[in-house]
Amino acid sequence: MNRADRTRRLNSAVMTTVTALCTFFAVGVLAIILAYIVWRGIGAVNLRFLIDSPRPVGEGGGIGNAILGTLILLLLASVIGLPLGIATGVYLSEFGGGRFANVVRFVADTMTGIPSIVVGVFAYAIVVLPMRHFSALAGGVALALIMIPIVARTTEEMIKLVPQTLREGALALGAPQWRVTLGIVIPAASSGIVTGAMLAIARISGETAPLLFTALGSRFFNYYLDQPIASLTVQIYNYAISPYDEWHALAWAATLVLMTMILAINIGVRILTRKRF
Amino acid sequence: MSTPTISLTPNVRASERAQETSDSTGAVSKITVRDLNFFYGRVQALHGISLDIPERIVMAFIGPSGCGKSTFLRTLNRMNDVIPGTRVEGEVLIDGQDVYAPGTDVVELRRNVGMVFQKSNPFPKSIFDNVAYGLRINRLTPSRSELEERVEQALRDAALWEEVKDRLKQSALSLSGGQQQRLCIARALAIRPSIVLMDEPASALDPIATSKIEELIVDLKQHYTIVIVTHNMQQAARVSDNTAFFLLGKLIEVNSTEKMFTAPNEKTTEDYITGRFG
Repeated sequence: MNRADRTRRLNSAVMTTVTALCTFFAVGVLAIILAYIVWRGIGAVNLRFLIDSPRPVGEGGGIGNAILGTLILLLLASVIGLPLGIATGVYLSEFGGGRFANVVRFVADTMTGIPSIVVGVFAYAIVVLPMRHFSALAGGVALALIMIPIVARTTEEMIKLVPQTLREGALALGAPQWRVTLGIVIPAASSGIVTGAMLAIARISGETAPLLFTALGSRFFNYYLDQPIASLTVQIYNYAISPYDEWHALAWAATLVLMTMILAINIGVRILTRKRF
Repeated sequence: MSTPTISLTPNVRASERAQETSDSTGAVSKITVRDLNFFYGRVQALHGISLDIPERIVMAFIGPSGCGKSTFLRTLNRMNDVIPGTRVEGEVLIDGQDVYAPGTDVVELRRNVGMVFQKSNPFPKSIFDNVAYGLRINRLTPSRSELEERVEQALRDAALWEEVKDRLKQSALSLSGGQQQRLCIARALAIRPSIVLMDEPASALDPIATSKIEELIVDLKQHYTIVIVTHNMQQAARVSDNTAFFLLGKLIEVNSTEKMFTAPNEKTTEDYITGRFG
């Protein structure tokens, strides 16, 4: 083995070790966070905690209304945000060759970076002020606004990955453009589009700031979209900033529940959209 | 082998209308091209192509890479329309109709002029749904039983039926490369075009799969006019009746395949065929 060979092998070994260590560190931090949350939260989780609504200090209470509220907010945001985001992504990749599309793409990228509290202020201005009170609807709009650019860009990228030959194959059979897009391109990209949507949902389910002055939070079960509604994140915030140890425990438990929920949504959608072909 | 009968296919009826154009041998010309220029942006890819393709023969296009043979093939069903910045001058007449005339229905054109691509491109759907796709989008079959019949017929025509009849519901992507390409041929045949364009249909296949495709092409010319682009001169010699040689965007020579490979008129053709360049 000559010198150049030895140097190359040494370089390779060092670099492999460095990247492995970095990976280990990154994953390790995540694992520690997860383990710590489970350790602190698991004690306070029980059935009553999951279905009850909050009570004054010393009386226990639960987060049932916050779980329901988060689900309602996620559903609301998805109903508004996913169609808009996916349609924008389809437009950008299939029809967006021009200047306008470039502007849309730039705006979407900028919007992805806007602090979520700014989005909250915006939703406050366009929904809360005209309605004159906080509401689930305002929270849903704020979360949808965060979703749209994420979903649009991931959808665009996923659709761009569909080979051009597939489009040409369909066009050559006499399919009009819109049928190619709806019948061939979107289905071929569907698993990627769903992954993008899941990422967006996971992202907004952890948002607190945009909900503080839109959905506001509530101590009660609420089923009306024009009324303030509880959410896990705001509930965690309220419990965590309180001076009571008992509420701190509840905050940890709620955090565990939120994390489990996001995980469950992810796994569920992945099973539902498993690739059939 | 299916016969595209008059009662079922308006396309064939059109082809049997009186023809005004004909080539030098007096045979009916299915495709007539006059002074065709083609541009990718400012780059001219085809220069003044004029060519007649008689009905129900196999016409092969040969020439080195980048000579414009694929580009030319794609002008025949206007597949170049999907590439931004392209421009066409001149005439392409199919059954006497200019396909670039304003008001031409591109969907109708592509239904009549089927295409098979270099790389097999089955849709990520079942085998059955792949073949049925063209029938469904063009609403050619009113009933389920008729749809099944046409799919079976197309698969038989593409010599694939025996291999897939028990797994029509499986993914088309589970087929081998050669089977996928025959599936794409079946998909093109299902809507009963009168012309089938093939862009190097066997270039990605092994010799056995290639010979199957070649046999198929020879069979198909009983009912279809076939235009095939190929890199492989032996293939052109084996399957085609007429051959056209392209070089640098120009049509150098078009002749019967036999003459082309034994006594071409042009010196350049001879040099290419004998392997002196390309």
